[in-house]
Amino acid sequence: MVTRTNDSEPNIVRRVALPVAVLAGLVGLARLSLRLVKEPEGPGDVLASVYDLVGQGASADAIRDRGLQTIPSVALTILTALILGIIGIWYLFWALNALVDALPQRVRESVRPYVYLLPAVSLLGFFLVFPAVWTVWLSFTEDRGWRNYLDAFQEADSRRALVNNVIWLIVATAGSVSIGLVIAQLFDRIKREALAKTFIFLPLAISMVGASVIWRFVYWWKPPGTGQIGVVNAVITKFDAEPVAVFQTVPINTLALIAIMIWLQTGFAMVILSAAIKGVPTEHLEAARLDGASELQVFTRVILPSIRPSIITVTTTIAVAVLKVFDIVYVLTGGKFQTDVIANRMYKEMFIFSNKGRASSLAVLLFLMVVPVMVLNLRSARRQEAMR
Amino acid sequence: MVLPRFLKRTPLHVAVIVIVALWSLPTTGLLISSFRPQNDVVTSGWWTVVEHPFEGSNWTIKNYSRVLESDGLWRALANSVVVTLPATIIPITIAAFAAYAFAWMKFPGRRMLFGGVVMLLVVPIQMTLVPLLRMYSGLNLSGTYVGTWLAHATFGLPLAVYLLYNYISSLPSEIMESAYLDGASHYDIFRRLVLPLSAPALASFAIFQFLWVWNDLLVSLVFLGTDSEVATLTATLNELVGSKGEKWHILTAGAFVSMAVPVGVFLGMQRFFVRGMLAGSVKG
Repeated sequence: MVTRTNDSEPNIVRRVALPVAVLAGLVGLARLSLRLVKEPEGPGDVLASVYDLVGQGASADAIRDRGLQTIPSVALTILTALILGIIGIWYLFWALNALVDALPQRVRESVRPYVYLLPAVSLLGFFLVFPAVWTVWLSFTEDRGWRNYLDAFQEADSRRALVNNVIWLIVATAGSVSIGLVIAQLFDRIKREALAKTFIFLPLAISMVGASVIWRFVYWWKPPGTGQIGVVNAVITKFDAEPVAVFQTVPINTLALIAIMIWLQTGFAMVILSAAIKGVPTEHLEAARLDGASELQVFTRVILPSIRPSIITVTTTIAVAVLKVFDIVYVLTGGKFQTDVIANRMYKEMFIFSNKGRASSLAVLLFLMVVPVMVLNLRSARRQEAMR
Repeated sequence: MVLPRFLKRTPLHVAVIVIVALWSLPTTGLLISSFRPQNDVVTSGWWTVVEHPFEGSNWTIKNYSRVLESDGLWRALANSVVVTLPATIIPITIAAFAAYAFAWMKFPGRRMLFGGVVMLLVVPIQMTLVPLLRMYSGLNLSGTYVGTWLAHATFGLPLAVYLLYNYISSLPSEIMESAYLDGASHYDIFRRLVLPLSAPALASFAIFQFLWVWNDLLVSLVFLGTDSEVATLTATLNELVGSKGEKWHILTAGAFVSMAVPVGVFLGMQRFFVRGMLAGSVKG
């Protein structure tokens, strides 16, 4: 461990000057990296100035004349980004901590906690709390004021989005949790459990955009008689039925989108519930079986009640993700054919129609839907912790 | 006696195989199609390859060189790396310092501040978009990596602080106290003791945040945009769906390029991922 040196005067100067220099350097680096991405010539310019600095005027001019080839320019951007984003953040803390050490001994330790919290609290305050409050304000002041909320319920398109969000909430959540539960219970009895689970689990690593492309291919429609290339319509036409244009057919399209969400989220439910099932004491199961309970009764009367807390956690976690669903709808239908959801509606109001007030009121409605679910979730998480 | 038991378990095995097959079918179709020639992909179903699986003319890697080069996926891949790495490291570092302060330093307002941070878990990203975009254009941050890192870092912070606090506060207090009595400063304790001991928690949050940022579409659309100089893989793939929606040889290969890194990371670090999930994780 490091031993402290005593606070002699020249020492303090050195200890203040170095951290201040590091902080200044970080600010400079941040501005540099802004320039790198702002201007197309940015990387070349920066490299040319570096060459000038080290006295290689000829190389600098060469770059200014011909511009940088794409690959070095991309590499330079990546490098600056990584230095700034990864090493920079450490030096930020190092410098802040060193500045605290330079303070008089009495106040040092009462200031230090706040300095450690400063980056977190200022980011959250500046980029989360302040904008969120502003959004509430905008929702009541721009466009039609408080009537934005009235519109959200009365205007056909946004009412459709609200209704769809409720359908998503119920079907996608119930679907993922119940299928996840069945799979957890089934896979619990086989030898290669871990391997089998990996297959169910894998979609969790896939982006919703990627999943949308995958399923767009599954649902793909071609005119009748041309040889279907999507699995779903290939099966349908095998039974001599007409191929279905999945995304354009009204009740089916929302359900087809929901199926994608279930495919993505079931793995999450399975992992948590499987761990919970394994945590049920074997004696309880044995005792029930000795009493003559069937396997189904063991499941409904012993296993289900004892994994209830995990079911609540899984359900609420998935419900929050489902409520905020955006990518799937945005990529596949853009909310057309009555498939809109709140998050996509909000995006449209904001970027296509530039209705800041209406967009804000939809965001607030989404927030109000998420809050009760999250409160349930956090409460059950805390209760589980208390039991541990 | 072996046979009856085996027979009794057959329905179970069949059920498991059917479920696994059903779950893998969509991705398998995509993977196979991405290696088929342009014409084959749109004229015959990918399952028809089983008829002649070893015929060389049925397979090609051209689709990949096409999407990577002419459709700009190399650049998008680089952009995703530039966005994702700092957007993962920055919130972890910031949250680890904050979690340490909340767990092991005494100061007025500690409980209130921590409660406030946890409460922010309930705020959806959508609540910040309109004003943040306005602030960003004032600060010249829109369309920049830095602006995107800050947005991602902030959105990941509440969960990071919450998870890391749960872990760091449960470390044995004797170790901290004896180090402190030996004259170690908070900074030393944090760096030499707390960080190494919290490696499992840091790793599982890192994987979450990595997957979250890499797979995100909304934040990258709003703050970075679709300009090919900066657009991430997800944004670029979404553009391809719009512009080349029927060219399945391109879309399938493109989707696979966007999935390769997260799926690789995920399979390699599944253990940490599962541990993190069991520790409870929801994101605002």
